[in-house]
Amino acid sequence: MAEPATLEAAAVSHLFDVSRPWLQRLFSREPRRTLRAVDNVSFTIQPGTTFALVGESGCGKSTIARLAVGLYQPSDGDILFENQPLSSVRTQPALRRRMNMIFQDPYASLNPRWRVRDIIAEPIRTFGLAQRPNEIQARVGALLAQVGLTARDGDKYPHQFSGGQRQRISIARALASEPDFLVCDEPTSALDVSVQAQILNLMRDLQQRLGLTYLFISHNLAVVRHMADRLGVMYLGRIVEQGPAETIFQHPRHPYTRLLLDAIPDLEQVGRPRTAVGGELPSPISPPPGCAFHPRCPLANERCRVEKPAHVWVGDVQVACHAVEEGRDA
Amino acid sequence: MALLDVQDLTVEFSTRRGVLRALDRISFSIDRGEILGVVGESGAGKSLTGTAIVGLLERPGRIAGGQIHFDGQRIDNLPPEPLRRIRGRRIGMIFQDPLTTLNPLYTVGRQLTETMQTHLRLSDADAQRAAIGWLDRVGIPAAAQRIDAYPHEFSGGQRQRVVIALALCAEPALVIADEPTTALDVSIQAQIITLIKDLTRDHGTAVMLITHDMGVIAETADRVAVMYAGRIAEIGPVAAVIRHPAHPYTDGLMASIPSLEHRVDRLRQIDGAMPRLDAIPSGCGFHPRCPRAFGRCTEQQPQLLPAGPTRAACWLHANG
Repeated sequence: MAEPATLEAAAVSHLFDVSRPWLQRLFSREPRRTLRAVDNVSFTIQPGTTFALVGESGCGKSTIARLAVGLYQPSDGDILFENQPLSSVRTQPALRRRMNMIFQDPYASLNPRWRVRDIIAEPIRTFGLAQRPNEIQARVGALLAQVGLTARDGDKYPHQFSGGQRQRISIARALASEPDFLVCDEPTSALDVSVQAQILNLMRDLQQRLGLTYLFISHNLAVVRHMADRLGVMYLGRIVEQGPAETIFQHPRHPYTRLLLDAIPDLEQVGRPRTAVGGELPSPISPPPGCAFHPRCPLANERCRVEKPAHVWVGDVQVACHAVEEGRDA
Repeated sequence: MALLDVQDLTVEFSTRRGVLRALDRISFSIDRGEILGVVGESGAGKSLTGTAIVGLLERPGRIAGGQIHFDGQRIDNLPPEPLRRIRGRRIGMIFQDPLTTLNPLYTVGRQLTETMQTHLRLSDADAQRAAIGWLDRVGIPAAAQRIDAYPHEFSGGQRQRVVIALALCAEPALVIADEPTTALDVSIQAQIITLIKDLTRDHGTAVMLITHDMGVIAETADRVAVMYAGRIAEIGPVAAVIRHPAHPYTDGLMASIPSLEHRVDRLRQIDGAMPRLDAIPSGCGFHPRCPRAFGRCTEQQPQLLPAGPTRAACWLHANG
């Protein structure tokens, strides 16, 4: 029998209530307003692989990160961790410790009043992975060494480290509970490029050494290309294209994926004349009807304006686009 | 003669723990109509270079040495009032966050007309017409109606368009753009870069484009200066610096950027981090991280030396 998927999201939606306070609504006779941050999203992540979600601000990628570790409950649909519903995982420490998260901002995600060794020891103590103090110390030292720091660094406070070193501490903390599955929400976006390379290399090394599974969230397509085995491109809460990362980068099908790839300034394109794509991201509170991308899409026609496209298979890639389905995209 | 000529610019901060040298004898020039990219990682001194040129250094920072000439006139020692007239009229500025540049209490039309009337002789009606023209040129739809809108009524990308209109409306000879697209999404960033490039070309405006994004520089700039720890590590034509970097830091920086074109197993990384201002190494500031450092690098600070088509501050190029 095949190994169960590490994480499976089945038709997951998440709504936020963005209504004004009750009394104000009453006076101005306004209905409740909801923001559909994640809209009917499905994906699976196989053990030991990296699934990346990419998209611009407000597309719902961070909401999915929080759903994937159970920080939010989905409004609709199911999330399964190794075939078990996430809601039951939350109540079982033995399963709960097997997933963890790395956040974007290494300045905000470490408690400034704790020494690094206490920050890293906390998950070990919480999950009772070691009892005796010297045993815990040894584990902390090993974790620090694993991310390229030294055991002595455990005596210091977070402010004594640079941004890249802090992100190493965050990774050491995330690894302390001996997880199999890490959700990484923009882990290098706050870092300079030369430091970003260190962290990305470290994450790939750790994946190979420990067999980790990553859900990797980023707005940076080049970083995603470096990390991802499979890729989902998000636009206004929906995954518009999903499949093997290499295939999508070689042959992007959805017009939005093409726009994203075109828009990125690239080193190998010195002085390239560009045709900028017009339009801006619509507000997710009132997304356009039909395909949410149609106001910016060069291929949009009447059908796109009224009918939400379903996912169709093109080879091993799933695309939600009428133009691709009808073969109008060539 | 160059439009902007910076010679041995040094900026220091006096702190309780001593004097920190944030910029160390920076020299470069920008010709009329030229786009010079300034790239570097956080703390390299690229933004500080921009603020020093326009005289907006905040205390305790001060220009401790060197000269800045703009259009033949020395401007680093000007009193505040004449410098203020040059800033805005002859040198425009675009900052990263459009919300801090725009006054939230005034309509964008008022901010545009006020800027133009401060610097140019224009009647109210002419200024109003010109303001609508600028909004139109930066791509704000229905400019004649939007002129009476407040900054919060625009989206992030549109606000940055308004800021660009504000920076260009007095038709300056030089625009200093500090991370103008960093706060924007990639699809909007592409629009803004195109806009800056087109408008400055049409008006013959020179641009100093400060950014950490080498990709933006590659597409936009004519020449690029790479900064490291308060010094210029390498300067030269964009294509040469990107394809044949002469300084080991530039080389490492280029190799550490993940590529969209092909996937590699490991990115080349530069170990360590940029030094803090109070602990800049002796000799070449990059030597502790440099894979090719040798004896001289730890002792003697290299000046910019000719290295093929570019110039690099690196002893590897000491013999031509």
